[in-house]
Order: sequence, then C-alpha cells, then structure tokens
Amino acid sequence: MTQLMNENGIRCDGRRVDQLRNISIKVGVLKNADGSAYIEFGKNKILAGVFGPRDVHPKHMANQDSGILRCRYHMSPFSVTERKNPAPSRREIEISKVIKEALLPAVILKDFPRTVVDVFIEVLQADGGTRCAALDAASIALADAGIPMRDLVSACAAGKVADQIVLDINNEEDQEGQADMPIAYMPNLEKITLMQLDGILSPSEYKKCVQTGINGCKLVYEMQRKALMDKYFTNET
Amino acid sequence: MMETKRRYVIPGDVITTGPFRPEQNVYQEGDRIISTSVGISEIFDNAVRVIPLTGIYMPKTNDLIIGKVIGHSSLSWEFDINSCFVGFLPAQDVFGRDYSPTKDELKERLDKGDLVAARVANFDRSRDPLLTVQDRDLGKIESGELIEISPSKVPRLIGKRGSMIQTIEMATKAMITIGQNGWIVVSSEDPDGLLKAIEAIRMVDAQAHMPNLTERVKSMLGVELGDNNDTINE
Repeated sequence: MTQLMNENGIRCDGRRVDQLRNISIKVGVLKNADGSAYIEFGKNKILAGVFGPRDVHPKHMANQDSGILRCRYHMSPFSVTERKNPAPSRREIEISKVIKEALLPAVILKDFPRTVVDVFIEVLQADGGTRCAALDAASIALADAGIPMRDLVSACAAGKVADQIVLDINNEEDQEGQADMPIAYMPNLEKITLMQLDGILSPSEYKKCVQTGINGCKLVYEMQRKALMDKYFTNET
Repeated sequence: MMETKRRYVIPGDVITTGPFRPEQNVYQEGDRIISTSVGISEIFDNAVRVIPLTGIYMPKTNDLIIGKVIGHSSLSWEFDINSCFVGFLPAQDVFGRDYSPTKDELKERLDKGDLVAARVANFDRSRDPLLTVQDRDLGKIESGELIEISPSKVPRLIGKRGSMIQTIEMATKAMITIGQNGWIVVSSEDPDGLLKAIEAIRMVDAQAHMPNLTERVKSMLGVELGDNNDTINE
C-alpha cells in the first residue's frame, strides 16, 4: 500500500488536506453544440456539450407540461490505463442518472413544453472524481446554451484518507482511502443537489466531511464564474 | 425617474434585494431577485430584468419572424423558425377562405426551402406557434442574403427606436428585414453595399454587449459621427 499522507500532512500528490487540484475551465469550445465547456480538473479532462431545447425523439418521452432533461456520461476507451469498452457500463448509466438528478433542481424547463435538453459528457482522461468534474462542466455548458437556471451547480468530492478528512479525492486516494463523498451544491441558494458516500464515517466525521465538500464547491464556483465571465465579457473596455 | 443600473450577471447571481418587480430572465426567492441567464441586468422603474446574451428564440405573439419551409401537409405548411418549436401556416391564410385541398396545390405557392416573412399570430405553451402572412410586407421573400445572428442580440441590431438599423440601411443603401428569431435577410442592388451591411450586422452580433456600439458601427461604415459628438469634441 502506498503512503497516502506523510507526517507533515502532505498528501501523495503534494497537496494540503484542504487544497483542490488545479482547475482550468473553457466555455464554448464546440461550434456545433448550443453550449459547451471543457474542464481540466487535476488530471481529469472532460468535455461537455449541450443541445436544446429541441424536439424530443422518441416522441413518447415528451412531457406536455414541461421540458425534460437527458444526460449521457461516457468514458472514452482511452480515458483509463487499460482500454475501456466503449459500450455504456453499469457504472456509466448510474453516473448519467445521478448527474441528471443533480442538474434537475437547477434548470428551469417549464417554459419549454414538449422539448428536451440533452447533455453529453465525454471523459477524455480520468483520474478520480470524474462525476464531480463532469457536473461542473455540464452546468457551465447549460448556462452557455442559455438554458434558464436557478443557480450554477458546483461539485467537488471530500473524503477520509489516513484518518483525516480531506478535500478533493484523487484516484489513488479513492482506491485506497477510507471514504469518498461527492457533493454537488448550488452556492447562491445554499442547497445540496447530489451527495453520495462510499465508506464509513462517524457522525462527527460526516458533518466535517460535508462542510469540507461544500467549501470545496464554493472554490470551484469561483472558477466556473470566472470562466463564464471570460467568455462573455472579456473584450469589455 | 430612476436611473437604470446595469451589471453583468450569470445564473444564480443576486441582482438586488427588496421590493422590486421581477421581469424577464429573473426569479424571486424570498426577497432576493436572482438572474437565470448569462446577460446584462437592468433595474428600471422598480422592475428588474436580464437581457440575455445567449439562448434560443421563444416565439411571442405579434413577432415578425423569418421562416424556412420544411414541408407541408394538405392543410398547412411547416416552418423552421430557428426555435425549439415548428411554425404552422394554414393554407387558408395564403389561398383565402375558399381553399380546398382537392383543388389547390400548396407546392405552387411555397415549396421546401423557401423563405417567408411572417408574423406570429398565436402562441401559447399548449400549441405550436401559428403564423400568418396577411399583412403588409409579409409573404415569400424572393431575393436577398440570409444571415443568422443570435436571437438575443436582435434588439441591439434594431437599436433605440430603430437607430442602429437605420444607420446601417442609410450607409449601405441595403434593404434589411429583421426577424425576431435571429434570421435576417439583406438585399441590395449594389454588391459592395450588401457586403458592407452584412459586415455591420456581424459586427453587432459579435460586440452586442459593448457600449457605444452605434458609434463603432458608424465609424466602420465610414459615416460622419453625429452632431452631439462634435460638440463634445469642442
């Protein structure tokens, strides 16, 4: 087993316990999509494209009262060290579902009856915490597409590694750590839209873990905000 | 009269708190008024709204739009109107009340790919938008160049009381038909004027959020700046 944290509290990739990986976000990278975003979250590289609102196919999925949201999370065969079968796996179907449910409280689709908003997420390179990074990209891509939203969704994981609560679990810490908790959060409304927990935490550790995750989401939000502002308002004098 | 306060906002930004009336692209949560789009927020006369910089066209009754025929049934045409909905134009609207599907051939009047200037006669959330061509200047567009811009930037292209579009038309001698759905048809006898007008429209699309846009467009078109500018220079 590799050492996940040294005696000075520095983690295996050189971060402090409350430090995020380096994040860079670009908005509007795909010409053919209505909205798009590209995020590098540490070694994760993820592309998100949004189409819509547009006609629903198959027609029976359409809702007469409101628009619907569809989400597809997919990992490229080359995104991991050993080739991944490109067919949707059980894990990808599940993540597509949780991402959809995490975005649903944020988007306002009641003005678009009989239409669908499609979100496509492609993981180009994976290094732990892809569902959070994917959510971050998807939420900005939705804003870029002009879908009305109550708030942006920011996501970040927290967890327990070497008996300590840490922010933003990477791949190694995910494999060998004690707990992993992805959290998605709407920073202005102060509401959580996604929370999962894999591992065992005591009640006090749980509280601290949620708080750590929320703090991380707020940091991510600043990056998302800057990326959107850069795209729309930079050539301002 | 209250001064208009403008700010750049993204979804989730709290524009203001207090007793204001929420209008387009904002919603109220408690006493906070929050933006739902990327755009420019305006507080004017106790009303708050956001002018979006992105997004699709939502049909509104009485909007002038430009549509492209994508097909027809025996009773109506269907139009691509650059929206998530399909526009319908009933055959009676073109042939008159005595239209009969056995006698009249829809294809003879409007065929697939034809461009039409139309007005939205009726639209609500339970039905697709109903179009009409029974008005002055409406109907099939015979010639011109189609330009697509973002529908959210159409108001900027028209300008205050049509100032921007008048500037462009005067300087280039082109005829410009603006659809609220972001489709614009430009026609001109003079090929140079046509290119100039297209360039100016593209410029408005790209720089819609910049201040003094009319001045910038004027200098691009080589028009003398207005009188009030001269007094400032003195």
